[in-house]
Amino acid sequence: MSKTSYCAYLTGFISPEVKDTCSSSVECRSPPLIQFSQSSVPLHRNYILSTFCTEHNVQECLSHINQEVSSLGLPPVWTESSGSSEMNVMAVLNCMYDLIQLHHRGLRTLENMEVEQLKSSSNVDHLQRTSTQLKEQLELSKRGNTGLLERERQLHLKVKSLQNCLKNEKDEVQKLQNIIASRASQYNHEMKRKEREFTKLKERLNQLLVDKKEKKQAIDVLNNIGRADGKRSLWKTQKTEAKHEGEMYKTLLSDYDTRQREMLLENAELKKVLQQIKKEMVSILSLRKPIRKDDKHPDAGIQADSEDEEQVFDSSKESVGLFSVHAREKLTNSIRLQWRRLKSHVERLDSQASLAQMGENKTDDAISRETHEEEMDRLKLEIQPCKDFIQTQQQLLQQQLSSPCDEETTSLLSNCYMLQERERFREEWKTLEKQRNLFERERRNCTEAAIRLSHERKAFEDDRAVWLKHQFLNLSPFADLRKPQMSKSKSCFLISETESSASSAPEKLIKCRSDTTSPTPRCVPLTSASTADMHRTVCLVPEKRYVVFICTNHDMPVTNAALVVCYELFMLIFYFQINQTKWKD
Amino acid sequence: MNFSEVFKQSNQLCKVSPDGKYLATCVQYRLVVRDVSTLQILQLYTCLDQISHMDWSSDSLFILCAMYKRGLVQVWSLEQPDWHCKIDEGSIGLVSSRWSPDGRHILNTTEFHLRVTVWSLCTKAVSYIKYPKACQKGIDFSRDGCYMALAERRDCKDYVSVFVCDDWHLLRHFETETQDLAGLEWSPNGCVLAVWDSCLEYKVLLYSLDGRLLSAYSAYEWSLGVKSVTWSPNSQFLAIGSYDEKVRILNHITWKKITQFEHPSSINNTKAVVYKEVEKRTAVGSDDLSLHITIGTALYNTRSKYEICPSPVQIPVVKPDPDRANPKIGVSSLAFSSDSRYLATKNDNMASVVWVWDMQKMSLVAVLEQTSAVRCFQWDPCRPRLALCTGNTTLYLWSPAGCVSVQVPTEGGFQVQSLNWHRSGDSLMLLGKEQLCLCYMDTDQEDK
Repeated sequence: MSKTSYCAYLTGFISPEVKDTCSSSVECRSPPLIQFSQSSVPLHRNYILSTFCTEHNVQECLSHINQEVSSLGLPPVWTESSGSSEMNVMAVLNCMYDLIQLHHRGLRTLENMEVEQLKSSSNVDHLQRTSTQLKEQLELSKRGNTGLLERERQLHLKVKSLQNCLKNEKDEVQKLQNIIASRASQYNHEMKRKEREFTKLKERLNQLLVDKKEKKQAIDVLNNIGRADGKRSLWKTQKTEAKHEGEMYKTLLSDYDTRQREMLLENAELKKVLQQIKKEMVSILSLRKPIRKDDKHPDAGIQADSEDEEQVFDSSKESVGLFSVHAREKLTNSIRLQWRRLKSHVERLDSQASLAQMGENKTDDAISRETHEEEMDRLKLEIQPCKDFIQTQQQLLQQQLSSPCDEETTSLLSNCYMLQERERFREEWKTLEKQRNLFERERRNCTEAAIRLSHERKAFEDDRAVWLKHQFLNLSPFADLRKPQMSKSKSCFLISETESSASSAPEKLIKCRSDTTSPTPRCVPLTSASTADMHRTVCLVPEKRYVVFICTNHDMPVTNAALVVCYELFMLIFYFQINQTKWKD
Repeated sequence: MNFSEVFKQSNQLCKVSPDGKYLATCVQYRLVVRDVSTLQILQLYTCLDQISHMDWSSDSLFILCAMYKRGLVQVWSLEQPDWHCKIDEGSIGLVSSRWSPDGRHILNTTEFHLRVTVWSLCTKAVSYIKYPKACQKGIDFSRDGCYMALAERRDCKDYVSVFVCDDWHLLRHFETETQDLAGLEWSPNGCVLAVWDSCLEYKVLLYSLDGRLLSAYSAYEWSLGVKSVTWSPNSQFLAIGSYDEKVRILNHITWKKITQFEHPSSINNTKAVVYKEVEKRTAVGSDDLSLHITIGTALYNTRSKYEICPSPVQIPVVKPDPDRANPKIGVSSLAFSSDSRYLATKNDNMASVVWVWDMQKMSLVAVLEQTSAVRCFQWDPCRPRLALCTGNTTLYLWSPAGCVSVQVPTEGGFQVQSLNWHRSGDSLMLLGKEQLCLCYMDTDQEDK
């Protein structure tokens, strides 16, 4: 069976969702995984079906599996060269292991992928939701847009209609204006025509009335009266005409003359005022001048101006100067100049005043140094009494504080120090006490230990004496019966003695006891190397001796006694050992 | 303040002679001349018909009585009572008659303004001036009596002719830049002639005596324009009242506007004093001497007095009918005081109010709010004192010192329709419908 065909066969078992996942995003991300998933999942199913291998097609199966395995890149399970029916179990197992590993991996990847798929599906869901939302938004905005467009269109239409209206109105206005103009011209024309007719009629009426004889206009005067001025009327001649003209011009001239005179008077008045102003200005400026010369305004034209002023003053004295053009010009010029100066002066004063005002409002940098210094001096002067005041206050305070509370405070202070010291001493005392207690206890311990030691020594001396006595007495075989009691008491003492110093001793004892039955060489390695030598040296003789005893006495009492001896020996050894360590210390 | 007894008169034709000595009154077709001081009848003349116009000659020697219906003018001499003169205009008709300044010529304007006939009483000579224009004020004599300006209309154009009154010599004849000339007026010094256009166009032209155009002034276009024009007695100001309820003051040097006086309906000018007339129906015989002076028996139980109103004052305004011609709006009356210090004005849609302006401060001085429409106001020829009447029994006087209302203590309900100052300023002639009465100012009292 070829691989492709098997794949096709396998695909039959692939669930559609797996296929889906294969065909979807996972595929492009990790193609090797797909193969595993493809192969692993159906294999698993195949196993469940378990109709793959029968007794008859073992060979085929083998070859097939071999093929498959090789296709998976694993070492072959079975080689034909090695033997037809025999397959390498190790290889198969390895292969199986590999396969299982693969399968696990596949499962893991599957799981991962499932998780990923879940994630991605949720992601997709989320995206879909957002996309629907966005679509809705889009729809909404589209609707709004269309609404706006519609409104815009309507507005456009409105604007157009309004424009049309405006245009119409304008046209109407134009038309009406034209109508008015035409009507006005027509009216004027008609008026003129009528007027002409009217005048014609008037003419005609006049003519008719003049021609009419019956009721002529007439004057009926009793007698002529004289002219109001008493003169006789004159004939109308060229002369009279000229005279009238002359009179007319005379009246005009007289009018102009009077006007001129008035103006002259006014001018004179104004000039007088000007002169006065000038005089006052000059006086003001001259008062100011010496100050100003010190200032940074070195006017080049001052001298010339003063000359001018003098001249003008001279001319003002003579009224002729009023009417001469030069004098007038000079006057106006000087007035202008003076005015300018005055103005600048006033402006400066103004600015100074404003600065001063500003200074009053807030101490600015713009304040001149003088005022600054003045202010400083003033403030200093002010500060001095304040300082004095503060000092006196302090003094008073100190006096008040110091006079009644002197002794108390010192005592208080000393008390404070004493207390501290006392505390310190107490602490020290405590520690010292503690130490003393410790020392006391140690001493007691020491004395106790000394007493104990002396006791022990005494006991030891006694023991030795006893032992020596025993040794001495051992030569006689009848003294054996008394021994166990004594040894027993000794052993008891020994155990109690060794409890505090070495806890391992009872263990040893117990072991020794339990191993009494076991052969003797076992006992040796349990002891330390150094002591072992000593034991050997010490125990050599008695062992042999006991053995001797054992070997020689086969009766029960004899064996009992031997055992007792053994025990005692052991005890002795232990005792020695303990004593040795104690002394060493 | 004293009042004379009441005399009869008709057509309100009562005039004091220019020299101030005589008082001429017309009663129907009779002319009565009295002595002003004694009120004794000096002469009594009988005319041919009911007199429609009466005028004194400048030398106070002759009186002209015109009977327009009959086209007749009769002239009487005060010195020679039996002297008589009768001018018959015949079938050509008569609409206006006036003395020439010299008092020896009579200028008659015929019907339809066909011509102006100039009759000489000295030589019986007659001369005609053709094409006079029928307008508001077509003829004006200069104050000194030398020149006469006449508005003419020829070939549908306006012209002004300046005549020498001495021999009616045509001195100047010039076309004016007006659409429809409405009036002309000499400046008091006789050197400048103000010419204004009809109300359809706001235009004021100023011509020199020799016919040169000095200046033209137009405040605005299109809406109704000039309604009244008055020179100040010192010829320095020309006041122009117009339909926009404003008075514009031109100066005599540049002929430019100096200022304009508005007539607002609510006054909140704190410097102006607003006098409001309050009528009280009081009990008979109360002696309320606070502001008005009552003399004689108080038969009329309506008393009026002035109250000073605090600053924001609302003035009654009558809205004019826009469909009617000659709407009752705008400044129709202007009068300078004799010293040119004050200007009194009246706005037609606030007919009950007279405004007094100070020409030195160029500001409003006083507002006199009457209970009824003001009929007439006139300045004292000698003092800054304004007399006004509203067609009731009270005479009102304003001076910078204050305001006074005076009940005319005559029987039978003398309603003052018009008034005229005597040239001395000592007395005032009050004209009722059919009566007249003289009011004498107490010289020592009025200076209070």
